[in-house]
Amino acid sequence: MQPTFSSSRILLPVRPWFIYLSLFIALLLNLLPTAYWAGIPDWVALVLCFWSVREFRRVGMGWAFTLGLLMDVADGAVLGQHCFAYVLLAYLSASLSRRLLWFPLAQQALQVLPLLLLTQVIQVLLRLVVGADFPGWGYFIGPFIGALLWFPLTFVLLLPQYRPVEQNPDRPI
Amino acid sequence: MAGIDHAPPPFFKRGPAPLALLTFYVLLALAIFVADLRFRSLDLLRQSIALVVDPVQRVAQTPGSLVDYARNYLEGMQNLQRENDVLRSAKLNTAPGLLRLEQLEAENDRLRKLLAVKERENAKGQVARIIYTARDPFSRKVIVDKGQQAGIVSGQPAIDEAGVVGQVTRVFPFSAEITLVTDKNQAVPVQIVRNGQRSVVFGLGNGQLELRYMPANADVQVGDTLVTSGLDGVYLQGFPVAKVVKIERESTYAFARIACAPIAAVENFGEIMVLDPREPLPPPPAEAPSPSDTSKSGVRQKKRTAKGN
Repeated sequence: MQPTFSSSRILLPVRPWFIYLSLFIALLLNLLPTAYWAGIPDWVALVLCFWSVREFRRVGMGWAFTLGLLMDVADGAVLGQHCFAYVLLAYLSASLSRRLLWFPLAQQALQVLPLLLLTQVIQVLLRLVVGADFPGWGYFIGPFIGALLWFPLTFVLLLPQYRPVEQNPDRPI
Repeated sequence: MAGIDHAPPPFFKRGPAPLALLTFYVLLALAIFVADLRFRSLDLLRQSIALVVDPVQRVAQTPGSLVDYARNYLEGMQNLQRENDVLRSAKLNTAPGLLRLEQLEAENDRLRKLLAVKERENAKGQVARIIYTARDPFSRKVIVDKGQQAGIVSGQPAIDEAGVVGQVTRVFPFSAEITLVTDKNQAVPVQIVRNGQRSVVFGLGNGQLELRYMPANADVQVGDTLVTSGLDGVYLQGFPVAKVVKIERESTYAFARIACAPIAAVENFGEIMVLDPREPLPPPPAEAPSPSDTSKSGVRQKKRTAKGN
């Protein structure tokens, strides 16, 4: 069997260090200077959403809160802005995870989109309430791109969990 | 794949219920939000987190700066030569003014002494490099590569070769955050060069500035240069801030709508000068001098001096 992400095959257990590494890389991607371009997704939110769906026992709201705090400081935003959005994202993804994983990838992406949009909307609302300016509609392109990226993301982040292609006939599974 | 977890589910130790956790974290986030925004009481927390994030951020900025470096390198001699020529002719053009500047300043000092006016403060500062723009789309801030280590304190003004860029608003151990003059509601007290009229210019958040609270019949023209008036005790007097680009006078409003464009290259990367904090202004004269009042103003002055240093 080819290691495709569309096949629902039995996966190896996830390695915790890979989760942390991927979250760190997402943080690094968020800090790249490309972040000012419209349509660049919030990588941390995306990867956090992915792991909250897949491994909600390992990546929960505590991680979401910590990453939110880091992003707040890195962005120069008001402290707590990303925390609020990420915590809610982690909670919703974890509660959706039982249902979400039964769907094919396209429909998963469709259900992830509102979650990602919600994180942006919450941040906009929090800042609008305290008197910031509306940042423009370009701010909301990111979640759409992020939802599209659900396909490659699933493939890349599950890659270490695929079993080798060559089958051993003596193995029970 | 779905729903199959290889680790045995921890039946007996599951921690608090998700909803309880959510409530806890959301309340914590909101508390932090309010404490940071309204009371500015979490700067220490921010600084310590920045100590962790800052190196990562610098690493993330390296690809961009490498590309810049490569581009500069490849642009080559010709550009440099051209730029050199331009700079040389610019230097020659400014020479008459600059050469006499020293003499003029000396003369100005002497005249001011004759008039018994306080001497003008000298502008001194340190050059800092903008390392990146803060990613927050709701505000206009840049981060420079000098912080507490270089003795930067919050409140210091920052200028570039053309005019005022902004003001230091937060200081981290190795970097500082500068809020640009175009940030929403960032206010700079200015005066019009042509007639000396004072006002305050506000950032709009979209790269533009607005001169507010000028009466509809005020003597403002398109093209007027606004320089800092120095009344705030933060900016030194006479740095260019903005140019008036559009004036709408409508009789229905008491004030004219005056749009301005910043003079300094506020939205560009580059090097800026962070000016030293100003000497504190003398305290405002007490209206009815009484023993208690004078002692109070003395305390205030002491406080300001401490802050200024």
